[in-house]
Amino acid sequence: MKDPEYILEMKNISKSFPGVKALDQVDFFVRPGKVHALMGENGAGKSTLMKCVFGMYHPDEGKIIIDGQTISIINPRDALDHGIAMIHQELQSIRTRSAMENIWVGRIPYNQIFGVRWVDDKKLYNDTKALFNDLEISIDPYAKAGTLSSSQCQMLEIARAVSYNAKIIIMDEPTSSLTETETELLFRIIHKLTAKGVAIIYISHKIDEILKISQEVSIMRDGKIIGTWPSDELNTDLIVKRMVGREMNNRFPAKSHQPKESICLEIRHFTSANRHSFQDISFSVRHGEIFGIGGLVGAQRTELVESIFGLRKISNGELLINGNPVLIHSPEDAIQSNMALLTEERRASGIIPRFSVMENVVLTKQTANKAYYKKGLFLDNNKRSADAAHYVQAFSIKTPSIKTEIRYLSGGNQQKTVLARWMLINPEILILDEPTRGIDVGTKFEIYSLMEKMAGEGKTIIMISSEMPELLGMSDRIAVMCEGHLSGILDGPTATDEKVMYLASSYKHEEEVLNK
Amino acid sequence: MKTKNNFSLQYIFINYALYIIMALMILAIGMMSPKFFSLRVLRDILMQSSTRIIVAMGCMYILVSGSADLSGGRTVGLAAVIAGSLAQKSDYYIKFWPNLPEMPLIVPIFAAILIGLIIGLSNGFVTAKLKVPSFLATLSVMMVAYGANQLYCNKAPNNSQPLGGFLKTFSELGTGSFLNIPYIVYIAIFVCIFQFILLTKTCLGREIFACGSNQEAARVSGINVFKIQMVTFALAGACYGLAGCLEAARTGSATSNYGNGYEMDAIASCIVGGCSMTGGVGNVFGVFIGVLIFNIINYGLTFIGLSSYWQWVVKGLIIIVAVSLDMRKYNKEN
Repeated sequence: MKDPEYILEMKNISKSFPGVKALDQVDFFVRPGKVHALMGENGAGKSTLMKCVFGMYHPDEGKIIIDGQTISIINPRDALDHGIAMIHQELQSIRTRSAMENIWVGRIPYNQIFGVRWVDDKKLYNDTKALFNDLEISIDPYAKAGTLSSSQCQMLEIARAVSYNAKIIIMDEPTSSLTETETELLFRIIHKLTAKGVAIIYISHKIDEILKISQEVSIMRDGKIIGTWPSDELNTDLIVKRMVGREMNNRFPAKSHQPKESICLEIRHFTSANRHSFQDISFSVRHGEIFGIGGLVGAQRTELVESIFGLRKISNGELLINGNPVLIHSPEDAIQSNMALLTEERRASGIIPRFSVMENVVLTKQTANKAYYKKGLFLDNNKRSADAAHYVQAFSIKTPSIKTEIRYLSGGNQQKTVLARWMLINPEILILDEPTRGIDVGTKFEIYSLMEKMAGEGKTIIMISSEMPELLGMSDRIAVMCEGHLSGILDGPTATDEKVMYLASSYKHEEEVLNK
Repeated sequence: MKTKNNFSLQYIFINYALYIIMALMILAIGMMSPKFFSLRVLRDILMQSSTRIIVAMGCMYILVSGSADLSGGRTVGLAAVIAGSLAQKSDYYIKFWPNLPEMPLIVPIFAAILIGLIIGLSNGFVTAKLKVPSFLATLSVMMVAYGANQLYCNKAPNNSQPLGGFLKTFSELGTGSFLNIPYIVYIAIFVCIFQFILLTKTCLGREIFACGSNQEAARVSGINVFKIQMVTFALAGACYGLAGCLEAARTGSATSNYGNGYEMDAIASCIVGGCSMTGGVGNVFGVFIGVLIFNIINYGLTFIGLSSYWQWVVKGLIIIVAVSLDMRKYNKEN
């Protein structure tokens, strides 16, 4: 049965990962020759859905119909054979090979002589040149991918997707690293493709772009498709409202702290040494304040706080603590200035996997204050154990013993252990980067309570969070970043999901939002 | 970790594989040649092992800190030649430094440790500051050290001949004994005890382990990773320097080829002794036993009259068996 209306039909698709239902009975239909935008907050399931189409994931249930035929897509190779190409969010070029090899990798043209396949360099070059001319891309086919800028790499990815002559092209955040002119070029390419009947599935957080390029918009939330609308029936407000639309439960401790008037930490014109990262960020945080930082993936929030903590370099900017300028070149400097940073990647930069819970807890204290744990020349194990045991109890860290290696603990307990490491040095400024990512609701509440308690003691807390309820529920003020810029600071009590999403999608709209 | 089968044969075999292998080897060699069970043999093995133990201890610092070190052997060679050149009798017919007087024992020892420190710090600088991967950094420094050694040896009047004619006090250091146990065995054991205490009881030791286990987390926690890498390479260099000096004293000679291949034996001993190539794991006693196993093979196979070529075959097989058992242990825990 052939249905001419849709080129791709996804019916009743569900997909679970351990602990999460990423996709919940999703229906998704795409027409040929149209641009179909897919929107939603971080973790709404957009990428997962697209990975199901592209054969990187296999749905637990549901069916995928292409051109009226039900098919199962085993792997990306298979998807390409079915005329589906994908431009990935993370760039995947082979840095040491030339642009043309990157485009044709896996299907390099060859001549067969005496049963040996010889690369047909001439055809390789000519095909690439023709493709680039067609798409108006000015990249030397011989240039090594590693020497190209990230926007050129992105154009390379786009060219590769086009070169498959696919019927459906999935574009996952294609403009995140493109300049405005290149975005224009991409839009021209999209128009050419749709004129030929190619369907484009376009994932982006940038609402302006979506409204400009797409004909239909589907919005996802919590693993479900909320609905599909023609673009001309939508505007920014409607999209944001539909993306967010969830009620807030009582998942946070009662707010008991009151920020003081005095300013604890101030940054002025902070600019990253990496020119693709954050630019000219200024804000100040008071004693006893919980200062949230919101934004989408790629907003450079982690880079900002890691620069404040001395893990990354800045090219410009000043940092003041209690009104005094401070120079911080390394985490040691930051720790000496009474700062603490709970990093985003617990496994990569939090736990010392082969150390016991005890040694993980005391690590920073024993490094920062060498005399504290010393008995003569050596470490005082009784004192170290006592401190660790205190925190294991205070934070109810579930571990067989304080001598157990931390890698055997669950994520939430590892997180609490790393948090205990910082509490032990009694920091004045506590920076939390996604403090509750991947941990259970109970532990989340405990971490929130701890934040509440610290703020009550007059400590300064900066929290990056991509979870909207957490950001709104905990913060006294919320700074929202977009593409390395500070797009606005919202007051906690009056902040709403819509305002945050609005600022996170584009940093130009600041005044408009605040005037509402 | 599902069941508590602590007493099952499999558990014992996997956890104590190293000691079981050593016991079986000694038993096998002993059965073929009962004279193997004698104090003299034990003394010989310990004496031959002692410099190797010191080199392996140096290498262990590096592996625990999460790097690799290929410069050990050539540093031993350079230190041996420098120590030897400063410990010659004044009437030796080709005295390296004809105009130097006979010097007290402390001078060659000190010079050897100093040259080891310099090479270690160079390794550390190239690895930690210039960010060259340690495998390549130490490979290059090793080449420089070997070249420097050959240039030094080629100086007139020596002209690349083996150094000899050492002072009696210097030779005594390598061959003399106290209570029938050679001095160098005491020194090796002292180095082990020092290292055990440093690594397990001091703040510095724990920081070395932390860097090896997760360098990024260590950095975030305020550990100066640069300093730790410099210190570990310096400690390792000092060990190699000391070992080189003792090697010259023990054999009564020194050439630029001394120490050739010691670094590979040291790495193998560390790995067999339970260190991990990815860092953050290792204990002194295990490495000590690791070195002994290799030396028992060396000595034992010669003792029962097998060609020394077989040693290489057996050594290779031992590494495979020991490490694969270790991997199984690791997988069990997960």
